Formats: sequence, structure tokens, C-alpha cells
Amino acid sequence: MSDQSVIALENVSHAYPTDAGPLPVLDGVSFEIAQSGFTAVVGPSGCGKSTLTKLVAGLLKPDAGRVILDGKPVVSPRPTVGMAFQNPVLLEWRSILRNVLLPLEIVHGHGLSRREAEDRAAGLLDLVGLAGFEDKRPSELSGGMRQRASLCRALIHQPSVLILDEPFGALDAFTREDLWQIMFKLRIEQGVTCMLITHDLRESVFLADEVLVLSDRPAQVQHRMTVPLGREREIEDLYRPEIVENLAELRRQIQIAQGRDRGEDQQGEAA
Amino acid sequence: MNPQQSRLIRQILVPLVSIVVFLILWELLVWWRDWPNYKMASPSDLTGAFSKYWKLFLLYGWQTLWRTVLGLVISILVGTLLGMIMGFSKVARDALYPLLVGFNAVPKATVVPVIALLFIGADNTNTVLMAFMISFFPIAVSVSVGLNTLETEYRDILRALGASRFTVFWKIALPKTLPEFFGALKVAVTLAFIGTNLVEIIEPHGMGLGHLFDSGKINADYPLMFAVLLALAFLGILLFYAVVVLEKIFAGWAERPET
Repeated sequence: MSDQSVIALENVSHAYPTDAGPLPVLDGVSFEIAQSGFTAVVGPSGCGKSTLTKLVAGLLKPDAGRVILDGKPVVSPRPTVGMAFQNPVLLEWRSILRNVLLPLEIVHGHGLSRREAEDRAAGLLDLVGLAGFEDKRPSELSGGMRQRASLCRALIHQPSVLILDEPFGALDAFTREDLWQIMFKLRIEQGVTCMLITHDLRESVFLADEVLVLSDRPAQVQHRMTVPLGREREIEDLYRPEIVENLAELRRQIQIAQGRDRGEDQQGEAA
Repeated sequence: MNPQQSRLIRQILVPLVSIVVFLILWELLVWWRDWPNYKMASPSDLTGAFSKYWKLFLLYGWQTLWRTVLGLVISILVGTLLGMIMGFSKVARDALYPLLVGFNAVPKATVVPVIALLFIGADNTNTVLMAFMISFFPIAVSVSVGLNTLETEYRDILRALGASRFTVFWKIALPKTLPEFFGALKVAVTLAFIGTNLVEIIEPHGMGLGHLFDSGKINADYPLMFAVLLALAFLGILLFYAVVVLEKIFAGWAERPET
């Protein structure tokens, strides 16, 4: 494990107990994410990607191997982690502002006065384009706006690690691209270390420094790709020839993971 | 008149008009069939009963009301506690459901003599106990369903920050269950009245509107009996709307704006 890595998985294996005996989902997964780094994890459906988020968040314990956050093995949930899911899970009975402030009611020792906390929340909401929506209820917001508020909530307690489990999966294509840009801005400005689980290869390439492809269950890291994009990114970058090539390579890797890559002639059918 | 005022007026006026229309139809039905008042009293017969016995209506109505409300309060406490236990533990759910369903299936009229023998002379206790027994079931079921259908992401969002089970319950599970809880409470309100009156009528102890009904029956004062029914309906409506007000305060967020 290198010195500056914030998230490190060392040979992590996990199985779920079922009636037909243990079902192995992860089999010796290892990777590291450096300080302020962004790693996207892609793979076939049901390959254990979400299990990975629960292990890093400390909601599950690995059967074998270690998960290390900020240099210490994870044994239980930690307040230095922020999470966002596909479902924005905003609390309907709270205003947007009070939803964003929720983690500060759980995490202690942040030393913020009520005023300072509200200012920070307002700052985050402004950053994602939700200024002026502080007092609205979640039901008054569109899906994309709710997801933006959910990102603010995940960041309000200034976590060192942000875990994103398909947060843009339920949004329409244009809203999704908007949110990618907002997410990219957030990661740069907040300097948070991110792990993103996604099904969307373009999303993984647009946001991440490194993309990991997991094999089918029980999952191993099958392929690693470093994204040749810098700290300034535009959606148009996704149409550059070398990026299109990267996307094609990722897609081929997914097909291998699904066990469908038996020759060039089947590529069309697999789509 | 702004839209808010007109909505308020509509909310009060519409139910009132429907009640008046109902009373007129009732009056017309009795007049058209030419029923004598020992068969079916008409609303106009009842005014006599109300003006003659209004003091008794106030006294007995109050006795019925406070015992029903006390029974309901116990229902809410016990029902919520049972619901929490069943909502959080599958073992408890498996263990308690058949017992609760069986208990709820027993006609409560048959239980009245049993509790009357258990607590001889403790009329208030008996009445409150019955109001509770007949009304806690929907509350327990709704709380338990509300809790065990909580999506895991809601729990994870707080658990990932190191929140305790109690914090998750207090901040998320409990408020999220409130709409279901109030739905059940509306059912429980009317059930609790049935419980109170069962005891008042089956085990006469000279208290409550049930007793007034009973004395109307003994004296063949049919308009009085109908007047009691109307008074009970009025109390039921009163308590129901009290719950509606509480629901608006505590779970108003669940209401979608009219479209």
C-alpha cells in the first residue's frame, strides 16, 4: 500500500450466506485510490459492485482481506465517509436545506455553529445550482435536482471519502450529463477521494482517473484503465478519438466479463 | 377572498351540506313511508329528546368521550410499541402475528363479561380497557409494516456515518411511518367508540351514552335511542377530525398538492 492512498483494498473476498450455501461475490479484489483520486468501478450486473460500496463504508465486513481507509483498517462505519445512491433518499418531511444538514446531526465534533453549518450547506447548494431551493420540499424538485441535493448531503460533513453507487442511473441522458459536469466540479473543488460504481462507461471515463472492470461473480479486477483526461473536462472530450478507443476497449472488457466475447462476429448480437 | 380562504370555506361547507342533505333525506324517508317513531324516528323527533335531556347528553357524552380517548392513548402507546418490536425483529413478527390476529378475531362483545368479572366494579377500567383492546391492532400493524418496508438506503445513509439503531429509528423510520400511522389511527378512533359503548350497553353501570341508550330502550323512548346514536356519530366525527388536524401538523408533508 502506498503512502498517499486514501482507500485501499487488499485481497478482499466476500460471500453472502444463502439457503444453498455461501454465494461468493468478491474474490480477492485489490486496488488503491490516491488522495483526491477518482476511481470508477464497472462490471456486469450482479457482479458485486454494490457489495464493494458496503465494504468500504464499513456496513459489511469482508470474509477475507482488508479494507483500509486513511491508513486504518475499516472495522465499523466511519463519519469520514459520504454516500450517494441511485435513489436520492431525501427525507420528504424536511426542507432541502435540512436534508443537506442531516449528516451534521449524526457526526459530532465538526465544531460548526448552526449558522456556519447552514452557510456551508447553502454554499454547496449554490455550487450544484440549487441556490434558492433551500426551503423547498424534496417533492417539489425534479429527479436531477433531488440527486444534486443528495450529493450536497454526502459532502456536507467534508468526508475524506465519497462513495457513489450509480447516483445518476435513474436520470435521463441530458440531466445525467449535466450532473457529470457538476460532479466533476465538486470532486475538483472539494478534493474528496471518490469511488464510483456505475453501469455507464461514458460516465466512468468522464469522471474518473482510473476505471476498473470487474469480472462476473465471484468478481476479480479484470482490467484497469487510466483515463487520459486532465483536470479540465468537457462532455465533448468523450468524442475524441483516443477516448472513443478507450470506451470501445472498456466495452470489450465488459463483454469478456459477461462471457460473451467469443469472436468479432458476435459483437453486434451482444449489443 | 384569497384561494386559501375559499379552500378553507369549501373544506368546512362541503361536509356540513352533505350532513344536512342526509338529515333531509332521512326525514323524507320516514315521512314518505309514514313510519311511526317507535319503528324509525325522524330527525325532527330527535329535537325533543335533545332539548329534554341535554344535561344528560353533556354528562354522559363527556364520560364516553374521555374513556374512549384514554383507551385510544393506551392503544397508541401499546400499538406503537408492538409495531416497533414486530417491525425490527422478524422472530418477534413471526411470534406475535398469529397471537394478535387471533386476539383481534375474537368478537369483543364476548370479552365484555370476562373483563367485567376480572375487574368487578372497576367500570372505568373495564371501559377504557375495551376501547384499547378493540383499537390497537391497526396501529400495531401499520407501524410494523411501515418500519419493515423502510428501504435499506434510508438506513444506510445514516448507518454509514456511525449512527445507532435508535438514531435511525428516531430520525428516519418514525417520521417516515407517520402517514401510515395516522391512516390506522383514523380507523382506531371509530373502533375505540365501539369498544366503549359495548361495555356501556352490555354491562350497564350507569355511565356514558351507552347507558342513556339503554334507558331509552327500557322506557321505550325511541326518539331518545336515535338521539343517542346521533350523539355518538357526532362524537366520532369530532374525534376523527381531531386526528385529521394532528395528521396535518405532523404528517402534512405526505400530502401532495392538488392538481
